[in-house]
Amino acid sequence: MKLFSDEYCLICHGIRTPVISWTSLLLGTEEQLVCEECQNKFKSLSGERCGICSRVLEVDYRKEELCYDCIRWGQDSTWSGTLTQNKSLYEYNDFLKEVIAKYKYRGDYTLVRAFTSRIKEELTSLSFDALTPIPLSQERLYERGFNQAEALITEAGFRPTHLLTRIHTEKQSKKSRSDRIHLPQVFQVDGESAFSLEEKTILLVDDIYTTGSTLRHAAKVLLEHGAKSVSSFTLAR
Amino acid sequence: MRFAIDTYQLIPSPLLKTRPETKTISQIDSLPHIPLQPSFSFNHELQRYLSGKQLLLEELPFPLKEIQEHYQNGYLIYRKALIQNGRQKECLRCGTKDHRWFSTFPCARCGENCVYCRQCLMMGRVSSCTPLISWVGPLPEIEGSVKDQELLQWTGTLSAGQQHASNAVVHATRQQTELLVWAVCGAGKTEVLFKGIEQALHQGGRVCIATPRTDVVLELTPRIKAVFPDIEVASLYGGSEDRHKYSRLTIATTHQLLRFYQAFDTVIVDEVDAFPYSVDSTLQFAVQQARKTGSTMIYLTATPSSTWQRECRQGKREFVTIPARYHRKPLPVPKFVWCGNWGKKLANKALPDNFVHWVKKRIEKNKQALIFAPKIASMELILPLLRNYHPNIEAVHAEDPHRKEKVNSMRNKEILILLTTTILERGVTFPNIDVAVLGAEDSIFTESALVQIAGRAGRSAQFPNGEVTFFHYGKTEAMVLAQKQIVSMNKEGYKKGLLDE
Ligand SMILES: [Zn+2]
Ligand SMILES: [Zn+2]
Ligand SMILES: [Zn+2]
Ligand SMILES: [Zn+2]
Repeated sequence: MKLFSDEYCLICHGIRTPVISWTSLLLGTEEQLVCEECQNKFKSLSGERCGICSRVLEVDYRKEELCYDCIRWGQDSTWSGTLTQNKSLYEYNDFLKEVIAKYKYRGDYTLVRAFTSRIKEELTSLSFDALTPIPLSQERLYERGFNQAEALITEAGFRPTHLLTRIHTEKQSKKSRSDRIHLPQVFQVDGESAFSLEEKTILLVDDIYTTGSTLRHAAKVLLEHGAKSVSSFTLAR
Repeated sequence: MRFAIDTYQLIPSPLLKTRPETKTISQIDSLPHIPLQPSFSFNHELQRYLSGKQLLLEELPFPLKEIQEHYQNGYLIYRKALIQNGRQKECLRCGTKDHRWFSTFPCARCGENCVYCRQCLMMGRVSSCTPLISWVGPLPEIEGSVKDQELLQWTGTLSAGQQHASNAVVHATRQQTELLVWAVCGAGKTEVLFKGIEQALHQGGRVCIATPRTDVVLELTPRIKAVFPDIEVASLYGGSEDRHKYSRLTIATTHQLLRFYQAFDTVIVDEVDAFPYSVDSTLQFAVQQARKTGSTMIYLTATPSSTWQRECRQGKREFVTIPARYHRKPLPVPKFVWCGNWGKKLANKALPDNFVHWVKKRIEKNKQALIFAPKIASMELILPLLRNYHPNIEAVHAEDPHRKEKVNSMRNKEILILLTTTILERGVTFPNIDVAVLGAEDSIFTESALVQIAGRAGRSAQFPNGEVTFFHYGKTEAMVLAQKQIVSMNKEGYKKGLLDE
């Protein structure tokens, strides 16, 4: 039994006080890697959420079951219906922001293990024909050493299907929302992929859902190449 | 990154035109040695950038092709950053061997499962396929002559104790040996370095003052610059702009030393005992990496570890003491006062009577005081209880966003009593205060921490006296040793005539 094998918290490196959860008691397999203090800083998304993007709905930023962002995407004929649904695990709070930054920019790959059991749970409950990570450009992949979205899939024990490559390498975050929406295509379908998109349900995977534009760009190309529907899953929202 | 191996050299895979067998640097048993080609005209900018350093490719703003040319001509070397012998892994940048700091990832740079070091990750990730790059060509010239010149512009005078230590530092620098300067809190240890630094500069070498804490780097830099006005000083801490300066004098956090390799002829480590140097073997490793072989090593501390104290007593370690403060008054000796189970009392929103009595006395006399508590949690319980007696009482801890403001208010006497965790144990000085510890038996209060805490009192020449009281629920060895250390320093001070009767 691998309960409590590491003495130190994966995130803060502090000595862990083991958290005995019901799953670990019942199944005896749940490996605790993160201390209680760190674990408590992750906030699961809860309450009423947008039917498309999982955003927690605020009173003045919604129309029925959708948030204003998704309504705006829906009003644009280019983008309407591209993304069927997005599921996310945690609120993108300061703590998660820090952990993700360390994971993908500093390259602390092993931090992904803090999330794998929840990801596994979530992916098991969703149905799809392929799990597709949002790709990095070749330069960025070399620079980081790994694709943070792909690691979310593989470390949870699933197999990724690489369907996309990047055309554009410019930093997206420096552009305004309208720039991003009207940007020429960022992704293309990978010509070397043997996977037939025809009538397939694709689940895109990324670390963060920010504006949803990256995921919608990816979804659009997949739909244009025959996919039946495209949804997405991200760690943070 | 992968390399093809020629008998004479390594070739990084991005520069290969054919497809020979390649390996990661850690898989290559013996790295080829390339003799220096004196006729090669090297890039002086790269020379300045890389001399005395160990950097990653991504830290070098030069094309790989140019870096490789310098390698091929014997001007720089590629070293392994991470090695593995059986199950034992070792990071050669930070010296970590503890398995818990290593992890693996499927690496896009080498296409293998790469082991990486989490301990020094913040300095840029090193993994099995990472080459550490160092300069082995001729060293750059530093502008301005230093030989036979008065470099030190300081008009102050040293106390007899300081003078003695200063002479020892100069001597150690001449002999290029190791020396521990054991100077009590408030002895004025920085001035003791001045002559030694000048001596080291005269010898033509590079000098580094390393300290675990950024605060100290920031405080030391203007002081050193002021007394060595003609010497360029590089001040290095996380985010500093002097990162690529090649200067005679460097003041750096021990952490920043991880980027240095055989750089310094003299290394002075200030506050050897301070966190994290004493607990973090990584930083000790960094100091060893950063110094040249046969370089001078000066350690400064008010509270050497028990191992070092023993080595001093046994004659195994060269050391010099400054047992007295520059104002020639003895160090306040801490009093021990048993206060019962204060933790239990605190849980019931009460404080020990003798402790309350102590606090009330300071309030009556309007005397400022520092009170140390073992944990933030207990500090937060004590604060409201103390405020029942006086409104001008504040609490501060390491992560307090208003830490600076509160320390300033204390300095300006706007706060009467400041409650704190161990963060204020060193560095911060207030002229006329009494000091108390509530819960001195807690393991956080090590011998060295308690000596530092006691050292906050009686600092100024105007107010050389201050009371130090350790309220405890059971005397600890650390408390006894701390008291003993202070008493013995005072005794030595009297004996050497460094204290007024
Ligand atoms: Zn933790
Ligand atoms: Zn939405
Ligand atoms: Zn390391
Ligand atoms: Zn690698």
